[in-house]
Order: sequence, then C-alpha cells, then structure tokens
Amino acid sequence: MTIQETVIKKVAVIGSGVMGAQIAAHFANAGVPTLLLDIVPKGADERNVLASNAIAKMLKGSPKAFVHPAAAKRVTPGNLEDDFDQLRDVDWIVEAIIEDPDIKNHLYKRIDTVRKDTTIVSSNTSTIPLSHLVKGLSDSFRQNFLVVHFFNPPRYMRLLELVVGADTKLDVLSTVEQFSDQRLGKGVVHCYDRPGFVANRIGIFWMQCGYAAALSSDITVEEADAVMSRPVGIPKTGLFGLFDLIGIDLHPKIDASMANLLPADDAYHSQRCDLSLINQLIEAGYTGRKGKGGFYRLNRSGGGKVMEAKNLKTGDYAPVQKVKLESLKAFKTEGLSGLLNHPDRGGQFAWRVLSNTLAYTASLVTEVADNIVAIDRAMTFGYAWNAGPFALIDQIGAADFVAKMKDEGRPVSDFLNLAAKVGSFYRTIDGNLQYLDVTGEYQNIPREVGVLLLEDIKRKTSPIISNQSASLWDIGDGITCFEVHTKVNALNMDVMDLIDQSIHVVPKNHKAMVIYNEASHFSVGADINGFVDLIEQKNWSEAEKIVAKGQSTFLALKRSPFPVVAAPFGMALGGGCEMVLYANAIQAHVESYLGLVEAGVGLIPGWGGCTAMLERYSVSKRLPKGPMPVVNAAFETISMAKVSGSAFDAKDIGFLRPDDGITFNRDRLLADAKAKALELAENYEIPEVAEVTLPGPTGRSVLASAVRDFKVRGLATEYDVVVCDALADVLSGGQAGDVTTPLSEEDVLALELKSFIDLMQKQGTLDRIKHMLKAGKPLRN
Amino acid sequence: MQKNVVIAGYVRSPFHFSKKGHLAKVRPDEMAAQVVRGLVEKTGVNTADIEDLILGCAFPEGEQGLNMARIVTFLAKLPISVAGTTVNRFCGSSMQSIHMAAGAIQMNAGDAFICAGVESMSRVPMGGYNPMPHPGLATHYEQAYMAMGVTAENLAEKYNLSRQRQEELTVISHQRAGDARQSGRLADEIIPIINGDTIISSDGCIREGTTAEALADLKPVFRAHGSVTAATSSPLTDGASATLVTSEEYAKAHGLPILARIKSIAVAGCAPEIMGIGPVSATMKALSRAGLSLSDIDIIELNEAFAAQALSCVDELGVDMEKTNIDGGALALGHPLGATGARITGKAAALLQREGKQFALAAQCIGGGQGIATILEAV
Repeated sequence: MTIQETVIKKVAVIGSGVMGAQIAAHFANAGVPTLLLDIVPKGADERNVLASNAIAKMLKGSPKAFVHPAAAKRVTPGNLEDDFDQLRDVDWIVEAIIEDPDIKNHLYKRIDTVRKDTTIVSSNTSTIPLSHLVKGLSDSFRQNFLVVHFFNPPRYMRLLELVVGADTKLDVLSTVEQFSDQRLGKGVVHCYDRPGFVANRIGIFWMQCGYAAALSSDITVEEADAVMSRPVGIPKTGLFGLFDLIGIDLHPKIDASMANLLPADDAYHSQRCDLSLINQLIEAGYTGRKGKGGFYRLNRSGGGKVMEAKNLKTGDYAPVQKVKLESLKAFKTEGLSGLLNHPDRGGQFAWRVLSNTLAYTASLVTEVADNIVAIDRAMTFGYAWNAGPFALIDQIGAADFVAKMKDEGRPVSDFLNLAAKVGSFYRTIDGNLQYLDVTGEYQNIPREVGVLLLEDIKRKTSPIISNQSASLWDIGDGITCFEVHTKVNALNMDVMDLIDQSIHVVPKNHKAMVIYNEASHFSVGADINGFVDLIEQKNWSEAEKIVAKGQSTFLALKRSPFPVVAAPFGMALGGGCEMVLYANAIQAHVESYLGLVEAGVGLIPGWGGCTAMLERYSVSKRLPKGPMPVVNAAFETISMAKVSGSAFDAKDIGFLRPDDGITFNRDRLLADAKAKALELAENYEIPEVAEVTLPGPTGRSVLASAVRDFKVRGLATEYDVVVCDALADVLSGGQAGDVTTPLSEEDVLALELKSFIDLMQKQGTLDRIKHMLKAGKPLRN
Repeated sequence: MQKNVVIAGYVRSPFHFSKKGHLAKVRPDEMAAQVVRGLVEKTGVNTADIEDLILGCAFPEGEQGLNMARIVTFLAKLPISVAGTTVNRFCGSSMQSIHMAAGAIQMNAGDAFICAGVESMSRVPMGGYNPMPHPGLATHYEQAYMAMGVTAENLAEKYNLSRQRQEELTVISHQRAGDARQSGRLADEIIPIINGDTIISSDGCIREGTTAEALADLKPVFRAHGSVTAATSSPLTDGASATLVTSEEYAKAHGLPILARIKSIAVAGCAPEIMGIGPVSATMKALSRAGLSLSDIDIIELNEAFAAQALSCVDELGVDMEKTNIDGGALALGHPLGATGARITGKAAALLQREGKQFALAAQCIGGGQGIATILEAV
C-alpha cells in the first residue's frame, strides 16, 4: 500500500476553539489518539469544560467534523494545568490558540520544558510570521517547529499550507507532509514565510478588491455575486456571500493586520477603502451567517421567509432581486471573455476585480511560493476555485489579458509579459502537463509517489474502448479503469453497453478493473429523465428491458472472471450506488456519500440494490440470527433512503463491507483502488451465486404493519406506504420466500424487477419523478 | 383438603431505562439470578425445599432464550434438584408464574416455589429479533399483532380520556414513586445489581420533579394527532423481580415472613385492539371467585402500561385512586414486561402487610387482548 508507517502515533491540539477542536477531530478521523487541551476557565468546576464542550458541540453541529461518532472517542479532553505533562508522550503538538505572538511564544516556552526532543510543534497561525513566533526558543524547538495552516472546516477543506523556518529540520517537514497528505488527506502547499502565506494573501486581496469595486460602482450585492461566482469558477457564495459565511466581523481585523504586515509597496494598500458600512453591520449584530445576517439576511417578519440583500448605497435591506445582466448573457454565449469584455456594470466589475487579483497574483510567484502550480493549488483547495489564478489567465488567454491591461495603461509584470509571449502558463507536451516557471521554461508538473490521476493517463493515451457515455482506460500493470463521463455521471444504456463490452475486452490483455472517474461526484444514479418519457408512453416493455439490462450487466460484472474494484467519492446514489455494490471490492474516498435513494422518486432500487443489501446483511456479523434482522436492516436502509455521511458511515450502514478500504487523499484514490485490484487479481476466484434466506409473507406482514404504524404516527405519507409495500414484497422474498428455502440472487432480482415496473405504472411515482426533476427534492405525496 | 397458598417474600432489581440506563449492559439471566439469590437470602428459605423456579419473560429468545429459568437456577447457585421453567404470557408472565405455583401447591405438587420475572428490553427487542406473524391473520385480523401504543390510543378515544387526565395520572405516579424512594420505602424491596465494579442500587426511571406543564410540550408518539406521549406511556425498562410462593403450612413451619395469602386468581381474554381493558374482566372474575366486591379491596396495584389504559380500567371498574399504586406505578417506575407481574403481586402483598389492611388486588393488561388478576388477603 502507499500509506507508509509514520512516527505520528499520538497528537495533542492546544486550543479548543472552532479550528483547534475541528483539527483534533480530523486527526481522530484519521485514527490517531488526540489530546485536546485548553485553559481552565476562572471558577470552573469542570476543569476540562472548554475541550469537553467543544467535542460535544462538534458531535451535534453541521457540517460534521467527525467522519463517525466513534472517532470522537479518540479525542481526549484535558486542560493546560492538569494535563500539560501528557505532552511528553505525544509526537506532534498542534497549537491553535489566539492569534497573539506573545501568548503563543509563552506557550511554546512552556511546551519546550516538557516535550520530547523529537516532538514536532506546529502553529495554525494564519497571519503571524514564523520568525516572530520562535523568538528566544531553544535550537531543538526551532528545529522541530513549523507552521501548518489548516482551512475551515478542516475535515472538508483540502488545503494545508506548510511553512518552514530557517532552522526547521528537513525530516520534520517530510514527516508532517507525508502524514498530512496520506493520513489526513490534505493537499499540501509549501509556502514562504510571508503574511497570509498563499491562499489568504490572494483571497483577502480578492475580497477587499471586490468590496472596494462594488462600493465605487453601481453594481448590487446580488449582481456582484452572480458575476463573481459560477462564471469565473468560484463557489456560488460569490463575494458577499463569502463575507457572510466567514463572518464580517473578521474583515476589519484582517484588513488592518495585512496592511500592517505587508511591505509599503504592496498593491494591497491601493485596494483598501472605507469600511464604515462593514463596521455599521458589525455594530448592529449583522456579523454574517453566525449572526443576524450580513450582506444577506433572512427576513422572517410577517410570518414568511424572505431572503434580502443589503443595498450598498442606501444601507437598507430589500428582497433579493433576480439578476438580469447583459454581460451574463454574453458569458453564456462567448464564455469568460464575453463577460470580461462586456461594457455593462457586471462586465466592468468582473474585469476590474479579476484583472487586479490575477495581476497581483502573477507578481507574487517566488515571493509567496515556488511556482504557479503551488499558487493555483492553494486557491483551488483553499477557496474552492475551479481553476487557480494562472489557469484562469489561460482561460482568458494570456496574450488577450496582457493586451487589455496595456490598453488601459496599466503596468504589466515581466512574468505576465513572458506568459503572453509564449502563449500560456500551462501546456501539454507529449502527454505531459507542464507549467511555466519564472525563467520562461516549461517544467513537468511533478506528482507525488502514490498519486495516480486519470487526467494524466487521459493526456497520454487513448481509451481501450469507449462510447459517448463511458470509456475503458489502461492504467498500467494490467489494470483497467472504467470511467463514466455523462452529465452528472448519470447511468444510461450506453454505460451498460460499455460495461458489457468491457467484461469481454478486459480478460484479453488485463487482469482487473477499477470503476472510477474524476468528476465532482462518482454518479448521481440512473438517468430518470428517460423514465418520464417511457411512463408517459406507457412503454412498460421498454422500461422492463432497461431494468433487466442493468440487472444482468451488474450481475455479469460481479461474476466476471476478473476482480472489479469500485472507487467511489462524493455522491454515489441510486444506480451509482448499485454499481458500487456490484463491484467485488470497494476502495472509497473518505468523503463518500452512498445511498439507495430511489424511494424519493417513488421507486425501489431495481438494478440489484435490494438484492445486494440483503446479501450484505445476510453475512453481517453484527446482526442477530434469523431472517428478519436481515430484512429489517435492508428495509430501513432503502425505505428511509439513507445516505452515508462518510465512507466510515457507509461501512456502518453496510454499503461497504468490513474489509473494504478507505482513502483520505482524493488524489491517491485511484492508486489505492488499483493496488487493491492487483491484490485481488492474485488467485482470483469468481464469487459463487449468492443465496439469501428470506421469511416470505410473514416478513412482508411485519414490514407492512410497521409502515402503517409510521403512517398512523404521521411519519409516512400515503404514497410512502405504496412504495414501502412494493419494497416489502421484494425484501421479504415474495410468495416463494420461506425459512426452509434459500432464494438465489436471480430470484430476488426478478422480484425487484416486478416491483419496480409495478411502481412505474402508478401516478404517485410519476408525480414524484416530475417533482424531483423540477424542484430537485422529493415530493411528499 | 385444599392447601392455602401464601406469598412469603418479594424483591426486585432496580428498574432502569432500556439502552440508556444502568442495567443496559447486564444480561437478563444474570440480573434474574442476582434477584433470585437476593430473595433466598432475604427470606432464609431452605433452597433444598424449592420445587421449581418459574420465570416469566415476554420475549424468551437470545439472552432470554434456552429455557432461561434453568440457566438462572445454575447462576443463582440453587441446588441441582431445583427445576426451572420459563413462562410467557407477555406482560402477565410473572403473575402467571405465581398462579402456576399456586395451582401446583394446591395439587400437592410441591411446597415452595420461586416465582420470578425478568426483561431486558435493552438486550432483546420488544417483538423479538425475528417477529414472524401468521401472514393470513396479520392481513385479516391485524389487531392480533397491533402495536401497544395504538391500543392505548384506541382506549383514549373510546373512553374519552383527555390528554390532560393522562398527564395528571403520570404526574401523580412520579410524585408517589419519588416520595416512596425518598422515604426509603422502595429500598426495602430492591436487591442491588452488581455489574463488574459497579453496584446499581436504586431506580432510574422516576422523574420526581415532573410537572403537567413539562409534559404538555411532548408530541404524540403513536398517532399523528393522538393523545398518548412518551411520558404517558410506561418506559422501555430493564428489570427483574421475584417472589417466594409456598403453602401456608410450610411457611409457618419454617418461620418464613408471610406477606399475604392468595385468595383468588383469574385470567380473561378481551378484544386485542383494546388490550388495555383486559384487567377489568379478569378482576371481575377474581372478585367473584373470592366472594368480594371491589369496595372490599383496600390496596390495588393496577399496572400502568399506559396512562390511558390504566384510566380506562379505573373508569370501568370504579377504582379509587387513593388506594391504588400508592408507591407509584409503571409510568414512573418502568415496566420490564416479564418482571412486572411478580412486582405488582409482590408489592400488593407487601403493602397489605405494611399498611395493615385486609384485601389487595393486583391486575394487569396483556398484549394480544388479555387481563390477569390476583386477589390477596392478610394472614
């Protein structure tokens, strides 16, 4: 495996504020026992109260800091008075206390009296230069110290900025980097010891620039966010939405701190502006989403809920207006350049903010990090931009970008001129992705050992077989990768066809298959748009063909002569989940959200999901004996459309088997899945036809009465009962189910097919499907 | 000549909420064995004289399976000669075990019996692991398997029992149980349960400070617009109880502390969809067999499976609440299904002695539509 033994066996986090607590939680997620320490508040009876409360709060809060409640048990609360000596036993101490250099420095001196010589100490500071932090500390301390900067929320944000000091030992850096990358799953970016490091240096500039630009133009809050979000590949919070999310009260402090720390000639100073509007908001309690609202607020007066936005000119709130800008239309037809060159206020705003931010970023290469790759990674991992600043300039066209800057008489840095001259910051040569360094040379983008990306393979080779919905790739060492590439990776008959073909093609020259892709989600399920047409045409024979085809394809996949490893990540729902369930093994990314959610559209899993869950629960060692626990478990999972909150949760629910693997770093998922496939390919045996013992009609009556009970209690709707009855028919084993007679997979699949087609013919199901397609959420009919 | 049958000892474990309470990790066979051992020590009965351990349990499977009564004779270190049988009449199981001993004594088939009951609702789910009802009956006569909460709602509707009245009874039950605990009246009957390093010695379900206002905020749990809430239902509970049932002459000959004589017993069926009314017909039969009327009864232990259920019996029979469940009922104490029958019968006997009264009644309802009742008299 790629995960190497590490010397980090026990960790301590000091400071149980939002960041400290969640960092501790993420170490616990990775399986590391973690001590969480904070001060003893004056007069507190319960001396660990701060850390204990922080843990309790995380167990309740959302988004979940823990991948599973069991992980919380690995965090031990303590305090800085009674438990300080325990720091003697830890391998890494993470400091996440208040941003005050004196207090931090004082704490470090205390730590230095107890820590082992080899204990690594890191600070989660976001603004204080490392050189300030270690003043007056021992040689040994400075050699083992570095800045390790997490982003909020630490479980979900991939970026981890590492900053070393002049004395930091190389092996300390490599230990931390390896652990953070492999065990915590972070995207590590090496930064120089500069204010704000990389992501915040650029991110704060961008936000301040955007705020100043909006204030000095006629653009509204809604318009600014509509422009400065999806069209430029930035999350839909945009600019003002992001202020609200982060907390508006932080901005004046951050602005003052950056102004204080940055050199006098830094372009940030020119973007600073009057913050009185922000200060008024803070004073009135409008600190953002954590307060009464911010640039946006939810007005509940008058009984309803009205989303309102701040008018930047008058300071009043008014209901959010639908944005109608010609420049956004231009974006739709002409792309990013269409937006940036449009003369309306949207186009002008976008160009002013982006050109300033991108030009500023271009001036920072070698000042904040080694190269453009590090900077682009920082912005994609830390601010969730689709493309980093340099990739964005490439999208606009480096030459066009520079030409427009020059037209406006603005200064252009040497590096930007260089890119304009050679054409782009990135290029592909001989299947290798390269970046432009500051000397004007293109360099290959290095990949860490154990990182395998399909995008790299796709640059170099052509698929073994392919159609417009899916492709089969050779990923080396005799392993293939089956990639779905439809819109939102919905599964259709083309995908099934290519799986069928693959089952014949793979054994010719290869020994295993991994199912994997690099879209934002593994697969959101079967394409339900097609179902609506079939239902409206009452074309049940075609519908039956589609369901039967999926069943036979997945079954053939499972029983193929080679092992199949599914590597899900993000959402794998409905048919996407079924594809995972029919693989012979699973290597899941920790952030995997699996679920059989068909009930939401008035259906049941029809491509083997019911059968696969019965089979999994039948062999589960955690369920009591007898046929009913198996049936009840499957019924609960499917009727409630349970979706896992993580891969660990998926194991708990039963989508993952106990020996399926979990990978923390998204970039290592394919390599880990491939390793698993190679392992399975040794002496591979085709699984036997599975059998399940089901209770038959008696089991159906248990489920039916349970559902009616839910209905009486107001917890299930009229149509829920219909769907659940159809599900109960399948899971209880139909009329043929009996404790003396096991049913084969094929028997249960036939029941699935029948119930599925029965439901399709009901109006309630059509209503649910149409509502889902229109509103994006389940109809409660 | 018919022998008189007496109750010559009563003990129970503390009662605790299932899953979240202190007994959740204690196996039911172990819990029952400690309570049986406690009964033996408290009464001083010569164990060699015991004919049978009759153990009531509503869901005798899993850890409660494998004829648990026999297992408990071993765990409680009773002589190998003591037999063991596990009895199931759902919630009436351990009152049934007392009835079976009484019948056996009168048949001259033994002089001393331990009649016990246990339920770990934490460790064996209500309904069991593998409920497999007759599918035809489940379809055509679904009330045979009806959920208990729904039967309580049916009674609330039928007897027009307001939510407020149900909550008043709940508050009274908690107040009385709380007072009894405070003044040490419950400690007398409790055998502490030892679990590893911890000793569990007092009840866990009683909420002394409960007020009608606090209960009014709860949502109905069994019917969307119903009146039965979690508070007006007895909680899922872990617990065990045991009584010593002997012939009167045996008890006297061996100087055992007689609590009461069994005067009459009865069981009766009723409509399953209103199973909670079962105590009414069982009580009427038992009273008639004893030649008594309800007004003759001084002490009543009427199980509170649900407040609505208990109130329907109160209204139907004309029960005086002042002499009923005077140390609190199952709404406050908890209702470990198999253990409740021996608790309320033993409790009624103990109260008869403590209060110096003459006649007592213990009655309870049973899922599936039944009632069971026992009438006791002072010796």
